[in-house]
Amino acid sequence: MWKTLTNGILKENPVLRLVLGTCPTLAVTTMASNAIGMGAAATFVLIGSNLVISLLRKVIPDKIRIPAYITVIAGFVTVVQMIIKAYAPDLDAQLGIFLPLITVNCIILARAEMFASKNTVLASVLDAVGMGIGFTAALLAMGCIRELVGNGTLFGMAVTQGHIEPMLIMILPPGGFFVFGILIALANKITGKPVANTGCAACAAREFCGQAGKDEACASEKEETK
Amino acid sequence: MTKILAIIVAAVLTNNFVLSKFLGICPFLGVSKKLNTSVGMSAAVTFVMVLATAVTWPIQTYLLDPNGLGYMQTIVFILVIAVLVQLVEMVLKRYIPPLYSALGIYLPLITTNCAVLGVTILNIDQGYSYIEALFNAFAAGVGFLLAMVMFTGVRSKIADSDIPKSLQGLPITLVAASITALTMLGFAGLAEGLFGGM
Repeated sequence: MWKTLTNGILKENPVLRLVLGTCPTLAVTTMASNAIGMGAAATFVLIGSNLVISLLRKVIPDKIRIPAYITVIAGFVTVVQMIIKAYAPDLDAQLGIFLPLITVNCIILARAEMFASKNTVLASVLDAVGMGIGFTAALLAMGCIRELVGNGTLFGMAVTQGHIEPMLIMILPPGGFFVFGILIALANKITGKPVANTGCAACAAREFCGQAGKDEACASEKEETK
Repeated sequence: MTKILAIIVAAVLTNNFVLSKFLGICPFLGVSKKLNTSVGMSAAVTFVMVLATAVTWPIQTYLLDPNGLGYMQTIVFILVIAVLVQLVEMVLKRYIPPLYSALGIYLPLITTNCAVLGVTILNIDQGYSYIEALFNAFAAGVGFLLAMVMFTGVRSKIADSDIPKSLQGLPITLVAASITALTMLGFAGLAEGLFGGM
């Protein structure tokens, strides 16, 4: 039970170990507070979708499971969108398009397919909580680094502002790629295990994109890694 | 006309979908190792983006908005895109086999590509007209192609380099992407400069 919960936080951290959901990771981490907002929104959707999909796992026919999952996920995303629009309009403006794009965040679909569709309700919810915390923590780490170095603030409060000239580049797009790369390198160094190769081999969606094995793009990647 | 030109310059260069808006990062990192797969993927993405915009824009404007169902946008759009991708796959397979063999393998990967859902929602958010939305979708696809092809070139250089162990693979790819993204910053302000404060 405990393992299910902690799995997503460390061993299979969705961002730094499974490398899923890279788009929001790079886009919204210009400020630490955005990272928490995005993490919380995604965690809510993850818990909701894992719960419902686990409850319905014996009802949903195998052939149409992916569209069914996407509908469930999109439903929860709509709920989150409406809540955030109503109670936190500033956050809504900051996250912008990446709020509706939680729908196509690979983490959520991957957990539905790989975990919630095969496990009990309680385990699925725990898995969602763990994955959600792991996602939020990774986003927060990136957000803190980028905000501190790029703007000299942390959660909007001045830290090095006025003492050290901020490096604006860190909150611009190149800084996002750079910090993400360095964080993954750090995680590689600490765990001693490199993340699986990029491409289809590392893509959790390969199970259900229907192209596993026969995809030319995937096949060519495989040959190269050999 | 000027507005359309400004939209195209912005979508391809200044606000490149991949390198400054962070949409479609997964295929950008995943299938950019070889030139032919980069081009094939980009062509498929462009095709689906334009088609998805052509279908979702009228749905939002004539079906959802008049009935006060604007909040259904996310669900409706993702389902439309999923159905559309399936349909395109079947039609291409049946009637245009050469095109299917070129693009077909990339199509199933596109349903969950955030660039496609992203462009359809952005077109509505920006308040573009139908024609402007279509041009924006096409230009976003061209921007995607540009980023993919550029990055394929950069990656081929990485393959021959001696890289520290923990940076091998994904980390060095991301650092290289960072440098590639820097080049796009050079275009900042171009659209405003050319077409005057659009």
